[in-house]
Amino acid sequence: MMGARAARRIRKRRRSGLAFGAVAGIATAFGLLTLALLIGAVVIEGAAAFDLQFLRSFTSRFPERAGVRAGLAGTIWVSAITAASAFPVGVAAAIWLEEYAPDTWWSRLVQTNIQNLAGVPSIVYGVLGLALFVRAMGAGRSVLAGGLTLGLLVLPIIVISSREALRAVPDSLREAAYALGATHGQVVFRQVVPAAFPGILTGTILALARAAGEAAPLILVGAVGFIAFTPTGLGDPFTVLPLQIFDWVRNPQPEYRQLAAAASLVLLIVLFVLNATAILLRNRWELRR
Amino acid sequence: MRPGTEGAHDRTPTTESLFTARSAGGRRERFVSALLAASAAATVLVTVGLVLTLIFEAGHFLVEVGLLSFLLDSEWTPGFRPARYGILPLLVGTLKVAAIASVVALPIGLLTAIYLSEYADRRARALLKPLLETLAGIPTVVYGYFALIVVTPALRSVLPGIEVFNALSAGIVVGIMIIPMVSSLSEDAFRAVPRSLRDGAFALGATRFEVAWRIVLPAAASGVVAAFILALSRAIGETMIVAIAAGDLAGLSLDPRIATQTMTAYIVQMSLGDTPRGTIEYQSLFAVCMTLFLLTLALNATSQRIVRRFRTVYR
Amino acid sequence: MATIHPIPAGDVPALQTEQLSVYYGSNPALRGIDLTVPRNRVVALIGPSGCGKSTLLRCFNRMNELIPEARVEGTVRFNGEDLYGERVDPVNVRRRIGMVFQRPNPFPRSIFDNVAFGPRINGNTTGLAQTVERALRQAALWDEVRDRLNESAYDLSVGQQQRLCIARTLAVRPEIVLMDEPASALDPIATQRIEELIYELKEDYSILIVTHSLQQAARVSDYTAFLYHGELVEYGPTDLIFTNPVEERTEAYVTGRFG
Repeated sequence: MMGARAARRIRKRRRSGLAFGAVAGIATAFGLLTLALLIGAVVIEGAAAFDLQFLRSFTSRFPERAGVRAGLAGTIWVSAITAASAFPVGVAAAIWLEEYAPDTWWSRLVQTNIQNLAGVPSIVYGVLGLALFVRAMGAGRSVLAGGLTLGLLVLPIIVISSREALRAVPDSLREAAYALGATHGQVVFRQVVPAAFPGILTGTILALARAAGEAAPLILVGAVGFIAFTPTGLGDPFTVLPLQIFDWVRNPQPEYRQLAAAASLVLLIVLFVLNATAILLRNRWELRR
Repeated sequence: MRPGTEGAHDRTPTTESLFTARSAGGRRERFVSALLAASAAATVLVTVGLVLTLIFEAGHFLVEVGLLSFLLDSEWTPGFRPARYGILPLLVGTLKVAAIASVVALPIGLLTAIYLSEYADRRARALLKPLLETLAGIPTVVYGYFALIVVTPALRSVLPGIEVFNALSAGIVVGIMIIPMVSSLSEDAFRAVPRSLRDGAFALGATRFEVAWRIVLPAAASGVVAAFILALSRAIGETMIVAIAAGDLAGLSLDPRIATQTMTAYIVQMSLGDTPRGTIEYQSLFAVCMTLFLLTLALNATSQRIVRRFRTVYR
Repeated sequence: MATIHPIPAGDVPALQTEQLSVYYGSNPALRGIDLTVPRNRVVALIGPSGCGKSTLLRCFNRMNELIPEARVEGTVRFNGEDLYGERVDPVNVRRRIGMVFQRPNPFPRSIFDNVAFGPRINGNTTGLAQTVERALRQAALWDEVRDRLNESAYDLSVGQQQRLCIARTLAVRPEIVLMDEPASALDPIATQRIEELIYELKEDYSILIVTHSLQQAARVSDYTAFLYHGELVEYGPTDLIFTNPVEERTEAYVTGRFG
């Protein structure tokens, strides 16, 4: 009698367990299906407008002639400036924190500060860029101001990922270099940093991918979507792919929404290439260890 | 370096002193380490610059409008005469969207984390995790496009009376965006639960569901809460999705079907417009930005504090 | 307390400790060690795990300083000079007293670059190829790698990697080589090669070797020091320590009756 009741209980428990597993599986599938839906929508809607002409043309009042040339060029310009400004400072800060900093209130403050900066909404960086670069530095609504603003945005990301890459270098390597009579600087710059470099580069590329998809801070800096030329210098006005998408998606004419989809497709391809590069780099690096 | 030492073989034991001057590179090394320290200090300067900018710009505004009316006035009507600047409508709009996003992201993110950490085998996890994290890498303008072109029409076909620009569509898509954040941080928390705890429960005849629900989840509760808070902060700071899909009506209504302006969307609207610099209308942008900054900072700090306390439990 | 057997008159002291103590935080790891390492001899440090052998070894090239909470008291003399003197640069110490670690730790670089690292950081780049070749020959690795100097050091076997690490140390032309259980990660054949190598290196260097293998200590060393719980129990010529120790604890350890 007791046995039958216990068996029933166990069956019931097993059933509820299976049901829960199914629900958890469905939840996981939901995220993946949404991803598929999103990419599918972009590809299906955008494919019609996506061709070589689309890449080579500037934006236009006539949707069938419009293209992403200015945005693509602007994204490349901005990313280059972002990388050039954030990479050296971010990596240097990471090296200091991992290899030099004594455990003091100051170094702990620097660490906490970087954690907090990483959580600041991207649009807030736009306000800083506006005050610092557009106005105080007098760079105006230029590609330089845009790139530097996104540099501030990715700085904490680069610091955090570079620190992880440095921490992954085994201590035995540091010891080996010290034991050969290397100075602290020689240990760090001739062994530790080179060993961590692929990881640092991977993190930086991923951070740049994040910057390449940003629109909000650039809106504050004064960049707009309808720009029909490519920058020729640091002081020129600019647009980027996300801003062109934003501009088109807000246009009620359906042809422009198609353009928004096609531009999204271009942006996704750019990000895919960046991410694939980062992953390839990481894999090659892991093989070598 | 040591003249007269041809090689180890023919060297007689030296009696050379250790008291040589410090290595010649000493000065350069000090310079390099100062440069590194300066870079680290520069990251602190970013925060200092941010805070000063916000205080300076928002200060003007707050003096003009008054802190009390900024915090308590129930109207946000910068375009009207007389203009009223109560942050509450924007705050309510922001929290409305964030709440909708949480309703989507919390259960789905948590269940996904449970599935990945307790049910999926290693191969499935290795495939699913990067795919899910791709969701976090999609640019937010593309999400905005998705909300406006795919989600809103779908919602309008099932829910009558829903406006073209509405909080629901934007909220759902913000929720989708933060799913990977909830799931991967929660999964980290689950994995920090010692194996011995699981083994103990399995040995008592618990099913996988019981282990996940009664053992792992409570043990990882603080980590999960920290993940939720961080994701919430992310949702509050999200800009492009709401700027594209939620509309620009600042109001106190909690109705998810109507156009809703968030703090971030207001900042975008103000930046895109041609409001002259120096006007009180323009400066309102900075006051809103400061509110946003303080709100997300408080959430992030809370999350970090929980994570830190959580760590000490198991180490 | 400790029994220190006299060192024969012909042997010149290279390293000497006087009342050497090391603390990690407030925990003493070594207490009052008095030890003399003669020139061109091999000294083995033996004792159970955690007895302080490695800590003692690391005092001789000031590697302990890299651990923030470590504190060294007492004196260490190198050719009569205070190794911890105020004006002594630890970098200079490590160039003259080399070290080989328990697990081979080659740099993720080519074989050549591994050996060339030491000379390069010292600015000795004239005749670098000869320096590298000589070091590799001394470490009995040259014949195996002469045609693949530009390959990654990670492609070598573990035993070869350890000999590469020895070559790397020798390329700096130290006077003393410290070895921290250099063969513990190696198979018996690779171990034998390392032991033969130690025997040859004795001609040119003083060698201090930590080992957990009593047979290895008996085979390669001229002097043996037995440490226990951070204290030096007995020190003297190896055959004396192994065949006729004075201290009861030494006898128990070398005969394997250690509880």
